[in-house]
Amino acid sequence: MDNHNETEGRLKTTGAASLAELHATKEYILPDERMHHPVAVIECIEAIPCNPCETACPVHAITVGSEITNLPVIDIETCTGCGLCVAACPGLAIYLKQKNYTKDLSFIAFPFEYLPLPEAGQTINMVNRYGQVVCEGTVIKVVTIKRFNRTAIIHASYPVEQYEHVVNMQRLAID
Amino acid sequence: MMERDIVVIGSGPAGLCAAIEAAEAGAKVLLVDENAKPGGQLFKQIHKFFGSREHSAGVRGIDIGTLLLQKAEELDIEVWLNTEACGIFDQDKVWVVRDKSTSLTIHAKRIILATGANENVVNFPGWTLPGVMGAGAAQTMINIHRVLPGRKILMIGSGNVGVIVSYQLLQAGAQVKAVVEAAPQLGGYGVHTAKVRRAGVPFYTGHTVLEAHGTDHVESAVIVKLDAAWKPIAGTEFSVDVDTICIAAGLTPAVELAFGAGCRSVNSPVLGGLVPWHDESMRTSIPSIYIAGDVSGVEEASTAMEEGRMAGLSAAHSLGYLEASRYRSRFEAINHNLLALRSGMFGQKRRDAKEAIMAARKG
Repeated sequence: MDNHNETEGRLKTTGAASLAELHATKEYILPDERMHHPVAVIECIEAIPCNPCETACPVHAITVGSEITNLPVIDIETCTGCGLCVAACPGLAIYLKQKNYTKDLSFIAFPFEYLPLPEAGQTINMVNRYGQVVCEGTVIKVVTIKRFNRTAIIHASYPVEQYEHVVNMQRLAID
Repeated sequence: MMERDIVVIGSGPAGLCAAIEAAEAGAKVLLVDENAKPGGQLFKQIHKFFGSREHSAGVRGIDIGTLLLQKAEELDIEVWLNTEACGIFDQDKVWVVRDKSTSLTIHAKRIILATGANENVVNFPGWTLPGVMGAGAAQTMINIHRVLPGRKILMIGSGNVGVIVSYQLLQAGAQVKAVVEAAPQLGGYGVHTAKVRRAGVPFYTGHTVLEAHGTDHVESAVIVKLDAAWKPIAGTEFSVDVDTICIAAGLTPAVELAFGAGCRSVNSPVLGGLVPWHDESMRTSIPSIYIAGDVSGVEEASTAMEEGRMAGLSAAHSLGYLEASRYRSRFEAINHNLLALRSGMFGQKRRDAKEAIMAARKG
C-alpha cells in the first residue's frame, strides 16, 4: 500500500484529497495566470453541514444555499481575495492563491493555528497536502486580526513550479 | 422536600442549553453537575464549530461555553456543582449528594437528563501501562490543564474525536506519529483528516494496535495490518516509537440514571448502543423525564445544544409555561436546526438512526 502517493491517494484512506479527486469535483477551482489578484480556493469536497464561508463573504462570491450540506461554490470573478472566508472556515479548507505573483513566484495566503508564528521575510518550508516539504517560500506578512478569531493567515510566495501542490507550511520547531 | 419545576442533570452543551431554554420560558430550573466546573466537554473544544450562524458556526467551543454560562447567569439559573445525581425515584424525585457529604432528595416536576457519554476502551497487551489513555483524557490534559501527556503520540481511531484531538496535540507541541484506523476508510470529516495529514501525520487504515511495550510506561507500540475479516495479518507488524497511546474508539451513552429510573431502551448501533427511547420533543417513555445530548445517542456538541433547547422548551411547555403558538414556532425552529445538522453524507446516517429510535415501540 502506497500511503504517500499524491496522485493515487484518496481522502478516505490517506487523509488528504488527491489532485485527481479534487479535479473530479467542480467546486475545486484553481485560478490560472489570467487572474491578476489572489482569490479563494476551496477544498471542501464532503457534504458536511456548514456555511460560514458563505456568510463571511462580503461580496457574496461563495454560495452554499439553503441546504447547508451543499458544497460551497465560488465565483472567482466576483472574489476580491479579501481572505475573510479563509479564517471563517472551521475546516481550515480555504486558502487564497495567485499563480503569477511575480514572473517566477506564486502567492498563497493560508490559515495557520500553530505557535510559534513565522515572521515577515522569514524563509519557510512549504508543504503539500501530504505534509511533504516541496519547496521553500518567503513570508510576506502574518495577519492576526481579532476578526480572524485566533486563526493566523500567513501570506507567502513560493516557486511557481509548485503552484498547485503547496497548501500550507511546515510547523516551526518549538524552542 | 425541596421542589423545582425542572432539574437538569449535567451541565455540558445539552444541559446548559436545556436549562437556558426552560428558564427563558419562565420555569424554575436547577442545574446539577458532578464536576467542579460547568460546561462538560465544551471548554476542551478549542476548534471552530461547523454548522450555520444559528448553530454558532465558526465560533470555538470554548467561547460558546463562556457565552452559555453568561446566559445562565443572566437568567439566574440555580447551579449546583460538585453534585452527583445518584438516582431517580418515583419518576420525579432526584437523589443527589452535594460535596460528597450532603445527601438530599429533590422533587422535580420534570427531569432533563443530559449526562453525556463515556469513552470506549480498546484492550491489547500493555494497555494498562501509563501512557495509554482515552483521547478525551489527552484533550483534557492539553486544553484544560495545559499539560502534554507525552511527546510522541499514537492515535487509535480516526473518527472526528481522534482527528480533532490529534490536531490539538500537534498544536500543543506534541508529535503525532500515526493515526491508526481498523476500518478500511477513515471515519472523520475530510477537512479534519486533511489538516492533520498536511502536518505530516500518516494515516493507516485497515490497521490496529497489537500491543504496547515498555517497563513502567509506554515506550513503543506494535501496529499490524488487518485482513477483510479484521484479523491481524502475520508478518505485517511494525513498531512505532511512541510514549503515549490515545484511544478514540467511540463513545457509549451514559444511560445509568435513565435506565435506573425505568426509561424504556432502544438499541441504536449507529448512535452508541442502548439509549432511552424518546420522541421529537426529547421526552422519554416516562412522561416526566426528558433527555438531550449524547445520552440520547452520540452525535456532536452542535446537535447536543439543539436537543437541549428542545428538551428545555418541551419540558417547560408541559408545565404550562408557554403558549401553544409560541411553543410551536420555537419547536419548528429548533427542529429545523437539528435537521440541518443531520443532513449530508455524515448526517443522514444519524438522522435515520434518530428516526429509528423515535419509531421504535414506546412500550
